[in-house]
Amino acid sequence: MKKKFEINADYQPESFAFNAKYKKKAQEAIDLYPKGRQQSAVMPLLDMAQRQVGEEGAKANPPYGGWIPRAAMDHIAQMLGMAPIKVYEVATFYSMYNLAPVGKNLIQLCTTTPCWLCGSDDIVKTCKDKLEIGLNETTEDGLFTIMEVECLGACVNAPMVQINDDYYEDLTSETMNEILETLAAGKQPKVGSQTGRKGSMALSGPTSLKDRAKKAGVA
Amino acid sequence: MLDDKDRIFTNIYGWESFSLKAAQKRGDWDNTKDLIAKGRDGIIAEIKASGLRGRGGAGFPTGLKWSFMPKESPDGRPSYLVINADESEPGTCKDREILRHDPHKLLEGALVAGFAMGAHAAFIYVRGEFYHESSELMKAVEEAYDAGLLGKNAANSGWDFDVIVHRGAGAYICGEETALIESLEGKKGQPRNKPPFPAMAGLYSCPTTVNNVETIAVAPTILRRGAGWFAGLGLNEKNAGTKLFCISGHVNQPCNVEEEMGIPLKELIEKHCGGVRGGWDNLLAVIPGGSSTPMIPKDVCETVHMDFDSLREVGTGLGTAGVIVMDKSTDVIKAIARLSQFYMHESCGQCTPCREGSGWLWRVMTRMVDGRATVDEIDQLYEVTKEIEGHTICALGDAAAWPVQGLIKHFRPEMERRIREYRKQAA
Repeated sequence: MKKKFEINADYQPESFAFNAKYKKKAQEAIDLYPKGRQQSAVMPLLDMAQRQVGEEGAKANPPYGGWIPRAAMDHIAQMLGMAPIKVYEVATFYSMYNLAPVGKNLIQLCTTTPCWLCGSDDIVKTCKDKLEIGLNETTEDGLFTIMEVECLGACVNAPMVQINDDYYEDLTSETMNEILETLAAGKQPKVGSQTGRKGSMALSGPTSLKDRAKKAGVA
Repeated sequence: MLDDKDRIFTNIYGWESFSLKAAQKRGDWDNTKDLIAKGRDGIIAEIKASGLRGRGGAGFPTGLKWSFMPKESPDGRPSYLVINADESEPGTCKDREILRHDPHKLLEGALVAGFAMGAHAAFIYVRGEFYHESSELMKAVEEAYDAGLLGKNAANSGWDFDVIVHRGAGAYICGEETALIESLEGKKGQPRNKPPFPAMAGLYSCPTTVNNVETIAVAPTILRRGAGWFAGLGLNEKNAGTKLFCISGHVNQPCNVEEEMGIPLKELIEKHCGGVRGGWDNLLAVIPGGSSTPMIPKDVCETVHMDFDSLREVGTGLGTAGVIVMDKSTDVIKAIARLSQFYMHESCGQCTPCREGSGWLWRVMTRMVDGRATVDEIDQLYEVTKEIEGHTICALGDAAAWPVQGLIKHFRPEMERRIREYRKQAA
């Protein structure tokens, strides 16, 4: 469950503007949609605002992750000719928009039934124990936030978590620990399956398309 | 078992590159102009004859759906194709593989399907969490534009065609077609009342068809190999062709695999997944088509075939073909209670029966997990699911009700046992 949108909270900055990189990207996004339908770009623009804040946060001390200040929503409303409330409605409806500051590494733990059957409770516990925080909390050094999310659509590679943009799949307590340690050291862990299997094929090797697998050097 | 030569998704595991060059080697974009030359009616007739039914869950005949689009625009409104890549149904992870490993199949399919319904543009709505998948899809779109396969006179077909990739931001409800359209328009993803149906007034109030990723991605291969080839695969003419299955949970080797429609569930699990953990006799129940479909116990699993009609006959459905396997160690009440939590979280809040009912189901299910309830409450729980089902704008209410109904139908004795157990301990 994500944090509430509190428009007058003391962490809300006074103003927001897209930097040159995102200004250009924002215009490209707006241009994708038919004339007069620029409201369709509200989702890509909210995402860009969150990314810009996250990129600034990665360099700050202590660091923080991407989130969308109210000022950014107002800025986007102005750019798209929308009433601010319409932008707030969108920002608060979708779970991926962070409405309050988060840690640099936002760990989203999938615990829906397919992951739960495969041991997501252990993965949640590993994160809580290692980082010494509860769900929806951020470590003091600003490096990690953990939260529970609903199905992330990688069920045959369960249990799995998403950290910022990356999926980490086929986890065990050990590999989850290693990932946390690598991130704490400021390095990038290996993304995807942690057991080394390719995509979503059976771990012991493909059960179909075997000739192609051989050609590709997989089995 | 499906022969490799009949498999459509030959790069489903990502052994080869998703790039245009590699895709062309696999046979994609091979003289697409000739497919377009079949004409709008020709393509729709071929898809109808192939028996293709929507792969997103509802199983509506695809050719028929395409034929609902207006032939001519009487008032200058354009037509749109919208592709639903908001894959979020628990247990389902097949479209993800198409997006990241075989995106050109989807793009070629978008062109032929778009042409068949008179659309000059397709919007592909990808769930927001699939960041890398949508990035790869966008790269594929760029490659296709650079090679003249999209854009003006796409693939030399004489048809102008644009593809726009739109990322979602985390809302299961946007997999519902009218919620998806609302979201594409830059609003909250709350479903619309039907009618008007999207084919009359969909995206930007223009005629729109919404199709699942897999449905669109198989279309070029069907047109190339012929309706007869596709219709010849599968259990019967109403359950034809191949299908991507996702098998998760308590099997030895969880995986995605393309198989023939109508494959026996037992064969699917034993041949591709190394069997149930601890052996077939350790099987408790299976959710056969993503979280919304009611579970079936082991004795049904013994003989059931994996297709639309066979599963309907046993009181469940093929849905998205996301097969969730549970062995005897599973707390089956907790497994369903977790799904109730999912639906409570994902209810958009528009209709009272779903908004209030999904939360109520979760609260009662949480007590049922402990046995902290009375036997009468099982009946009450069932009754409430019936009050939710069919009383909401979209099917999310139904989807919240069905897993609980499946639990009560097949595992009522376990629920009662737990209540007795709790009483005994409390006494």
